[in-house]
Amino acid sequence: MIRYIIRRLLISIPLLLVASFLSFLIVGSIGDPLADLKAKPGMTPEKVHDIAVSMGLDKPLIARYFDWLGNFFKGDWGNSIALGQAGADVYTSVMQALWITARLVVGAEILAIIIGVAVGVLAAVKQYSIFDYLATSAAFLMFSMPVFCVAVVLKTYGIRFNNVLTSMGMDRWISTVSPASGGFQGSFGEVIFKYTGTYILPTITLMLISFAAYSRFQRASMLETLNSDYVRTARAKGLSQRRVVFRHAFRNAMIPVTTLFSLNAAALFAGAIITENVFGWHGMGQLLVASVRGRDPYMLMGWLMVTASLVILFNLVADIMYGILDPRIRLG
Amino acid sequence: MANPISGNPLQPSSSPGVALDPEAGERISEFDATKARKQSTLILRRFFRHKLAVASLIVFLLIVIFGFLGPFFWSVSVDDATGGRYETPSGAHPLGTTQIGKDMLAQLIRGTRLSVQIAIVVALGSTFVGVVVGAVAGYLRGFIDSALMRLVDLLLVIPQIAVAAILIRAFQGSWYTVALILAAFGWMQVARISRGETLSLSAREFIEASRASGAGTPWIVFRHLIPNMIGSITVNATLAVATAVLAEAALSFIGLGVQPPDTSLGLIVSENYSQVEERPWLFWGPFVIIVLLSLAVNFIGDGLRDAFDPRQTKVRA
Repeated sequence: MIRYIIRRLLISIPLLLVASFLSFLIVGSIGDPLADLKAKPGMTPEKVHDIAVSMGLDKPLIARYFDWLGNFFKGDWGNSIALGQAGADVYTSVMQALWITARLVVGAEILAIIIGVAVGVLAAVKQYSIFDYLATSAAFLMFSMPVFCVAVVLKTYGIRFNNVLTSMGMDRWISTVSPASGGFQGSFGEVIFKYTGTYILPTITLMLISFAAYSRFQRASMLETLNSDYVRTARAKGLSQRRVVFRHAFRNAMIPVTTLFSLNAAALFAGAIITENVFGWHGMGQLLVASVRGRDPYMLMGWLMVTASLVILFNLVADIMYGILDPRIRLG
Repeated sequence: MANPISGNPLQPSSSPGVALDPEAGERISEFDATKARKQSTLILRRFFRHKLAVASLIVFLLIVIFGFLGPFFWSVSVDDATGGRYETPSGAHPLGTTQIGKDMLAQLIRGTRLSVQIAIVVALGSTFVGVVVGAVAGYLRGFIDSALMRLVDLLLVIPQIAVAAILIRAFQGSWYTVALILAAFGWMQVARISRGETLSLSAREFIEASRASGAGTPWIVFRHLIPNMIGSITVNATLAVATAVLAEAALSFIGLGVQPPDTSLGLIVSENYSQVEERPWLFWGPFVIIVLLSLAVNFIGDGLRDAFDPRQTKVRA
């Protein structure tokens, strides 16, 4: 297993390298990063040229790529060029943003898997029951719903829950702003209160979108296993319904769902970008939007490399789970 | 590339071949034509038995009619900003006006049209590229297969939304720039699916027979493999429309997709969602159309899947 993981990680290095080159070409096409600077009053062509030279922007794209790559491995991810974030260190900015997004995404994804799988299994076991119809239609609706619509609706109506709370004599709980950068202050209870209040709406938003995919997939996969021969055999030899469902069907029905976990990684990030936008969080989403607007090449490269690595990591985790769930698949 | 065997009557959807003997060719194509019509009538009949899918088709057509024929019935121009700021709905402006005094109904009509246009171009483009890449990779195997599949892996590693946002910013253009960029980074899943199907199809005898009679790769890919995958291609293309509607809406929502003065459903939501409580009519119009569009297309896809393959009636994930 360890050997397998190491080999997979080694394989992903060339993949990341090629991805970085492709990303550099794409980012390089975005146009002159100094365009905004040139338009600034009091900027002479000489000054702009000096800045361009100091940032290495006068060199051809390929040369710039290798400069960037060398520095990247040394841990120097470059500095932001865009005016708004002038000079900000890319590594610190991306990691700060990632930390904010990761706390949101991880919680939402775990909740989505647990609830989605549970609902999917239940809907399959009780096929054509009212619960099944409700769960299937809810999943279908969420599946067709753009993330921002869910976010906007939750933000608008979720905040009203505060009115219910205040009318009951409690403090306002739900908040629709980014978590404070310095962390939450106060006693333990207060921190929990503020933490949950800030996270609840964005988490629900992201969770609902992923939940739809998981429950649909789990239901389909569970139905297929429940109708398979070995489950019939298990029933025939007199095992209890619970044992059949959980020991025989469930474990096997989980296998296809792990592929969804890795496929979902990129979609999850896209969802997080939108959710952060609506709730005004300063995570990866805001960073992407700001960097694209400001034509900020090194910030974008840092962003793309981090997300590309994460997608590769998600794929690896999914493959390892595959191996754990299905002993027929030998990793190594 | 004469190839009489391609009109194999056992293969329901394979297209008529160009026969050496004109008479034989006529006979084969005639036979095939009736056979093909029968198959498609069957599929259509199965599709029209699926009530939800038919209702969805009607909803989809109504949305398309609204977007494309709307301007003929609603004379207020989309660029006409002479209305007041945030007017409430009235006879002159049934859905009110926007912040800069544009008629909301006209905006909605234009936004619907652009979103539908983009979604359809993305679906067609990504399906075409994906199917061709998948079929070529699965048929040729070997080096080309691994090279193309590594390319798929590579493109799947970089988040589509980010790349699309960067490229749209780079090649600022109108709606078709957005559509082409989304298509260029959205074909990978289709390629994987059609590669898998090609692998199993190319092991079948009729492909071997065609190859034995001297057919080249393009002939086999375009005349045998792709026509036999038409069911899954159609279903996936339909579902790609739904994905594209959401992708375009998401990009335009964060301001990195369709750019003003053009407008799309996502952009309209983005510009007006802050008004959801004071002026709900500005938000719910585009909201309902996006959700209906995506729901309808998903249901049509499910109906088509059942129609093409009645054995496989399971939920799509």
